[in-house]
Amino acid sequence: MSEKAKDYAGAKLGMWLFLFTEIVLFGGLFLLYAGYLHRYRADFHQAARDLNTLLGGLNTVILLTSSLCVALAVTALERGRQGQCLLSLALTVALGLGFLVNKFFEWSAKFSHGLYPGSAHLHQLPPGQEVFFGLYFAMTGLHGVHVLVGAGLLSTVTLMVRRGRVRQEDFVILENAGLYWHVVDLIWIFLFPLFYLIT
Amino acid sequence: MPPDAKHSAPHILSPGLLTAVWGALVCLTGLTIALARLDLGFWNAVAALSIASVKALLVILFFMHLKYENRLLKWLLGLACLVLAIFIGMTFFDLAYRGLGTP
Amino acid sequence: MTEAASPQDSPARGFLTPEPGRGGLASWIFSTDHKRIGLLYLTCIMTLFAVGVCLGLLMRLKLMTPGNTIIAPQTYNAAFTLHGVIMIFLVVIPSIPASFGNILLPLQLGASDVSFPRLNLFSWWLYVTGALVALVSIFTGSGAPDTGWTFYVPFSERTTTNVSVAVLAVLILGFSSILTGLNFITTIHQQRAPGMSWRRLPLLVWSLYATAWIQVLATPILGITTLLIFSERVLHLGLFDPSRGGDPLLYQHLFWIYSHPAVYIMILPAMGVISEIIPVFAHKKIFGYKMIAFSSLAIAFFGSLVWAHHMFTSGMSDVAVLVFSFLTFIVAVPSAIKVFNWLSTLYKGSISLEPPLLYSLGFILMFSIGGLSGLVQGAAGADIHVHDTYFVVAHFHYVIFGGTGLGMFAAMHFWFPKIFGRMYHRGRAAWAFGIIMVGMNTLYFPMFVMGLEGMPRRYYDYLPQFAHAQFISTVGSWVLALGLLLMFHNLYAGLRRGAPAGPNPWGAATLEWSVASPPPKENFPEPPVVSKGPYDFAPREHHV
Repeated sequence: MSEKAKDYAGAKLGMWLFLFTEIVLFGGLFLLYAGYLHRYRADFHQAARDLNTLLGGLNTVILLTSSLCVALAVTALERGRQGQCLLSLALTVALGLGFLVNKFFEWSAKFSHGLYPGSAHLHQLPPGQEVFFGLYFAMTGLHGVHVLVGAGLLSTVTLMVRRGRVRQEDFVILENAGLYWHVVDLIWIFLFPLFYLIT
Repeated sequence: MPPDAKHSAPHILSPGLLTAVWGALVCLTGLTIALARLDLGFWNAVAALSIASVKALLVILFFMHLKYENRLLKWLLGLACLVLAIFIGMTFFDLAYRGLGTP
Repeated sequence: MTEAASPQDSPARGFLTPEPGRGGLASWIFSTDHKRIGLLYLTCIMTLFAVGVCLGLLMRLKLMTPGNTIIAPQTYNAAFTLHGVIMIFLVVIPSIPASFGNILLPLQLGASDVSFPRLNLFSWWLYVTGALVALVSIFTGSGAPDTGWTFYVPFSERTTTNVSVAVLAVLILGFSSILTGLNFITTIHQQRAPGMSWRRLPLLVWSLYATAWIQVLATPILGITTLLIFSERVLHLGLFDPSRGGDPLLYQHLFWIYSHPAVYIMILPAMGVISEIIPVFAHKKIFGYKMIAFSSLAIAFFGSLVWAHHMFTSGMSDVAVLVFSFLTFIVAVPSAIKVFNWLSTLYKGSISLEPPLLYSLGFILMFSIGGLSGLVQGAAGADIHVHDTYFVVAHFHYVIFGGTGLGMFAAMHFWFPKIFGRMYHRGRAAWAFGIIMVGMNTLYFPMFVMGLEGMPRRYYDYLPQFAHAQFISTVGSWVLALGLLLMFHNLYAGLRRGAPAGPNPWGAATLEWSVASPPPKENFPEPPVVSKGPYDFAPREHHV
């Protein structure tokens, strides 16, 4: 199989197809969100007030910046600047972890107010608000898992760049990991207004 | 004919362009937060989602390099988005009319 | 045929040749050769098919007489759930694409392998993992799942049986299916031999392409649906729980957004197989190549617009009932295009009634009965009468078993000499086909009648008025099992002792027949250059 080991366009196409599946996976949750927003418009507005817009906005900027970093890493490697690439990648992973730390504090605050899946307090709220928080935990939780996976993926690629297995002549793995990270960002771009700004 | 036959050196995005796109994304984030503080009723949601779509488009075209990819990928992304829109949109044939016509 | 083949006329073993330095099993389960992976799938699928058949026979045996007989009601509930889960997710969805698709796709394209061979092996491992997790769900926890394969809420959230593990199995299987689809799309775009233009693609490839798109774009919805059931059960999010503001109908929407397109994942590859077989045995260029290729894509697209026809009686809005009922009728058009084109291909053809063609004709008959009965349920008014009755059971067994199942058997008989380099006993194959057809119709046709008379599906017991039909149906299940046994025995005997088949016993024109049987490990010793269409047959010199 060595003669066709490097099918650059094929690797890219395969990655994009995988990204489609990620988008549709979240799409199922967006469908639920749309359905319940239609049904409980007032409750959703009320519940969204409980979320901290500042924290959400901060996390948005963190993810956007990390997306920039990974794009810069690709450019650096394409120009043969391995050191710059490694630095950008490290920064990307750090920002991703920063996002998760932020998320951890946000969720902890919710939990301490008795807002967690299946809690008694949540059950006393109007049904629309309970659904809102159900969606909030499901969607940001699944997104958080993707951040974690993406950070792991980028760390692996960082190692591969250091060892020269991903290099100027052959960097499609870095590009594909970057694409995955951008999709994680992309989903957050929609989650942010839907949960924090719908007030 | 395999399309990779004409695969040439990839288009390299300059750090300047990428940073400019990032600047636009951060500005749009600020704009959407500011707009959310105004009470525009129904238009709040429209504005928020429109801005999110513009941001998504910027990420896809530049960060994800789609602007410089072949036509096939653009069409396929369009197909994926269309299918998702169908899934969500057609569910509303049920949700939007539920309970009408029954006592 | 009757005597064991002597060593000198046993065929070269091609990709089946044992690899030096690697043990028997390891050379299979760690192989990235698409042909070996395809055979791994085929073996697993057929084994699980046997399990599913046994569960089906058990249910039929219980239903032979009314009242509390050989198994308890809870066991019966578990039996139909497992029968559904195994047959749908482990047998029918992977059936033709994962086994024959894997073996044939690179060969028909003139490629040396799929685009991502290691990912291909990984999908198989996921499939096996999913199967094992499904097995675990039966024997651990507090009882095997009893929800039916549809896992409808709110029951699936509340039942104490082992649903959580079962939905995880489905999630893993869905992931495996996605990766296969992704691999196939990339392969079809990237790995075509020089000269293999889109208009020269064999129709099986076209159907696999359409199938792969459904796998990629619809299966993620199954993923999120099963994840949601799991988190509902473990975390109590309340997203589908009416007492917490949830809407159970949204679960049904999500479930069918995947599971309706999934029936086209099941049937499209079988249609591709039939489109390959019919021109070969009519020895005539396929009629309406472009329309058949196009109708595969049309079925894939329109099939994604009709999911809520499973929900006519669920309480969804009347507008949705009308819209989805109307769209359902549109899907019938591309399906009919295929049937008419097959029949037109046969018309005035030089037909040789070999076993693969027999199974294909069986497919057309059974699929037509099943498909037309589907329109009865697609009509919203009629559906209210037959919804959740045996009519539905009969319909989907005609389409899935009579369609995909016979398509799979047709593929097995058609490509058997290619894959193993040997030929089975053709007369016995024809007999097995006859017995299977009789069995299938005796088993399932009475269900149409019972359904119209109001026999509900999934019931453990029934009124005396159904006793005769239930009895006939059970007898049919025995005949069918007998036919299946004969068929598998015949194929197995062919595998052990069949006469060498030669590279192209049927006189077919697609690329896989241009190499030795079994194909060499690297597929094509010389990279092929394609200069003619898949159905441009050489003039026939003698009867095969």
